[in-house]
Amino acid sequence: MSKQTKNRPPDRDLAPTIQKLRLRYAKRGRLRFSSHRDFQRALERALRRADIPMAYSAGFNPHPKISYSNSAPTGVASEAEYVEIGVTAMCDPDKVRRELDEALPPGLDIVEVVVAHGSDFAHRLEASLWKAEIVAPRGEVESAVAAVLASPEITVERLTKAGKRSFDARAGIIQFTLIDGETGAQTDQNADGCVILHMVVRHITPSVRPDDVLAALKQVGGLVPQKPVRVTRLAQGPLALLDEVNYTVGDPFDLDRVSA
Amino acid sequence: MTSQALDHRLRGESVFSELEMLLPFVGKPIQYVGGELNAVTKEWNDADVHWALMYPDAYEVGAPNQGVQILYEVLNEQNRVLAERTYAVWPDLETLMRENGVPQFTVDAHRSVGDFDLLGLSFSTELGYTNMLTALDLAGIPLHADQRDEHPIVIAGGHAAFNPEPISQFIDAAVLGDGEEAVLLITEIVRTWILAGRPGGREGVLLELAKTGCIYVPRFYDVEYLADGRIQRVVPNRPDVPWRITKFTLMDLDAWPYPKAPLVPLAETVHERMSVEIFRGCTRGCRFCQAGMITRPVRERSITGIADMVENGLCKTGFEEVGLLSLSSADHSEIADVARNLADRYEKTQTSLSLPSTRVDAFNVDLANELSRNGRRSGLTFAPEGGSERIRRVINKLVSEEDLIRTVTTAYSAGWRNVKLYFMCGLPTETDEDVLQIATMAREVIRAGRIASGRRDIKCTVSIGGFVPKPHTPFQWAAQLDHESTDSRLRKLKEAIRDDREFGKAIGIRYHDGKPGIVEGLLSRGDRRVGNVIESAWRNGARFDGWSEHFSYDRWMESAEHGLDGTGVDVDWFTIREREYTEVLPWNHLDSGLDAEWLWEDWQDALSEVAVDDCRWTPCFDCGVCDQLDTEIQVGPTGVVDLPMPMPRQSQVLISEVSHADGINETASQ
Repeated sequence: MSKQTKNRPPDRDLAPTIQKLRLRYAKRGRLRFSSHRDFQRALERALRRADIPMAYSAGFNPHPKISYSNSAPTGVASEAEYVEIGVTAMCDPDKVRRELDEALPPGLDIVEVVVAHGSDFAHRLEASLWKAEIVAPRGEVESAVAAVLASPEITVERLTKAGKRSFDARAGIIQFTLIDGETGAQTDQNADGCVILHMVVRHITPSVRPDDVLAALKQVGGLVPQKPVRVTRLAQGPLALLDEVNYTVGDPFDLDRVSA
Repeated sequence: MTSQALDHRLRGESVFSELEMLLPFVGKPIQYVGGELNAVTKEWNDADVHWALMYPDAYEVGAPNQGVQILYEVLNEQNRVLAERTYAVWPDLETLMRENGVPQFTVDAHRSVGDFDLLGLSFSTELGYTNMLTALDLAGIPLHADQRDEHPIVIAGGHAAFNPEPISQFIDAAVLGDGEEAVLLITEIVRTWILAGRPGGREGVLLELAKTGCIYVPRFYDVEYLADGRIQRVVPNRPDVPWRITKFTLMDLDAWPYPKAPLVPLAETVHERMSVEIFRGCTRGCRFCQAGMITRPVRERSITGIADMVENGLCKTGFEEVGLLSLSSADHSEIADVARNLADRYEKTQTSLSLPSTRVDAFNVDLANELSRNGRRSGLTFAPEGGSERIRRVINKLVSEEDLIRTVTTAYSAGWRNVKLYFMCGLPTETDEDVLQIATMAREVIRAGRIASGRRDIKCTVSIGGFVPKPHTPFQWAAQLDHESTDSRLRKLKEAIRDDREFGKAIGIRYHDGKPGIVEGLLSRGDRRVGNVIESAWRNGARFDGWSEHFSYDRWMESAEHGLDGTGVDVDWFTIREREYTEVLPWNHLDSGLDAEWLWEDWQDALSEVAVDDCRWTPCFDCGVCDQLDTEIQVGPTGVVDLPMPMPRQSQVLISEVSHADGINETASQ
């Protein structure tokens, strides 16, 4: 029988963190209905399955060293979610990407892994580019967009754990662009009768989520889509001006790659 | 239910695009999308036989269920056989599905359940019956088996299926016992029937199933009643159909190491761990325990088989916790070696091992200490079940007060801070005094614990369940305690604990009121007449009856009044009435392997407060199971004492060839 030590965490191999890796992952298809907590559990299990040499916190209940950035809401797909992990051995980022992606269910996909440089990562995520697939006549979407942009302030309500909360959704909205399919050519509607709207939204507090933007489009623009709007986060990162009028959301890994 | 929108759907075609439109409006949509790690989807047209497997409760309860996971894998391993899973949908989605004509679907390929050849339901508890009716209705399958045509064959299994009479009008067949070989037998009969062009139609295949003697087809049996409402007899109404139906018993667990690839749900579930079944059956002989009675004899998995399943499962799932499951895990004949070897293997990892511990002895604490060597501790639970020594003799739970005190003393001095104790209320012959002794016992536990640990902050949680007499147990003849008396006893116990100045604050108490137990009792020991009550309750809105926020006692009682109208019997007749030796019980024609004489004698022993030993270690008491199977209880050490460490898994992601993890180098150099 092993000796029990009272009130002190037992000795484990607590190897130090010697490398930090940043992961970009996508939440696709039916797995867009996974919540952030669902993803956390899936990732922790995948890290074990893939034999990633994770660093653990000390204490009675050691946790793997993982930090999550602002995650897309349940039901919203994403091509650009970010996570940072601490490992106890020097790892090849490409191998980590491959093994971890293999260990996750299809639909939770690891897109890219880089070695972390700098500790300012959260600050790099200034804004998101969201794609909304809206089943409504193009004209209605256009006029709703114009109405939102013309309003200095749009108070929307959201149900939170603390009850109903009101805040200004307009403050986060930077830019709307109507897109035809993936080609970017402008037409009235695509084959599905679906208007594709790109939305650049700044990360502010309280956060303005895509459903808040859709609520604003409904509230001041009268936009009521015929089907639930499917939303995908295409990018999140630093906000930059593309030209004099158009904004773009940059790649937050640029700085890691430059330093590597 | 058919819908305009889905009418021209091909058989086996996915309904996901319709369902997807509803998911943004329901709670926890992830539970409906499937996509779990290790889930299997097959092409519809590549299979001759299509099974939908249902656990009739919410996904969070159903997904971890071992029975369904095992059958899912066993069936999908077969050539040209397809199995998918379906669970009960919550009322928010049910409403939207009805409004939009979306049928009951499987979570694997989102096929309509009505398209399948077979719908297998696993009933761990009778409280899932109304959820079955919701699923049948949403699937477009007529509720009554005699109105079905080219619909799936609906088969019930699981422990509740040992008395399927209350649901006999809704199911086509029931299977008793272990499912692994049963589903394969059914598959072959159904496959032959399908490939032959379905000779004899629906009745033709049901007759083939019934003729095996181990699949119960209720429609081939007539129940006749006496004037006073008791059953006169149950008779086959076909020449080829046997009088009694025997249960399935899987003899060699090592030959069936399932699940080999456990499912890893994305949604949070009630068991966030992997389970390895270390043996099946139990011979402790607790008289209240249906599981212990109907799963005899004991069949152990070998130490090597257990260790292989643990290691393989961890590799395939990435789970952090492994539960070693059985009805009384400390009773495995090699459990000490199993615990030591597994603890050695996983000591340096973050993997935690747990043994659902119910046996009250110090050895159990030793095992728990061993398994938590790496610091990961789950709770420590003991089940004395009865508060007084007398009632424990009645229920045959051979635990003395000294046993318990010695056990908890060991636990508290080994550093455990909180010990959980399970009890039951409403046991046969029980008095207020028997229940009040739970408070005395808990007090003694805390007193001993404070001395042993030298601390005052130790705790003990007392959980109390209401006793429900179950078929195929010595208590099948017993009167259930009415809910008013149950509640009154529990109130007195609560007051006794609350009023205890010295120890009361260290004792937590958890219990439910007695009303749900009465409904469970009605469904457990009911006969075919109870079917109308279930249907009526369901039509009145009964769903998720195992969930207190959905359960309504009043709805059930109103439905019972309506459903039993004209039968001359009522809820009290089924629940709080004691049965005589001569009474024909609704499940008498269903053979659990137990000898009826033995059960009756054991019931008489209970009333005389005579306890019997576990026949694993003492001479046989002639329960009848082994004789019928022409076997003997297979226990005893395999002789394997030490297991080799598993092959170290070499991380594939490192830059250099030399590993930085010490553990890996160490093992590799051995």
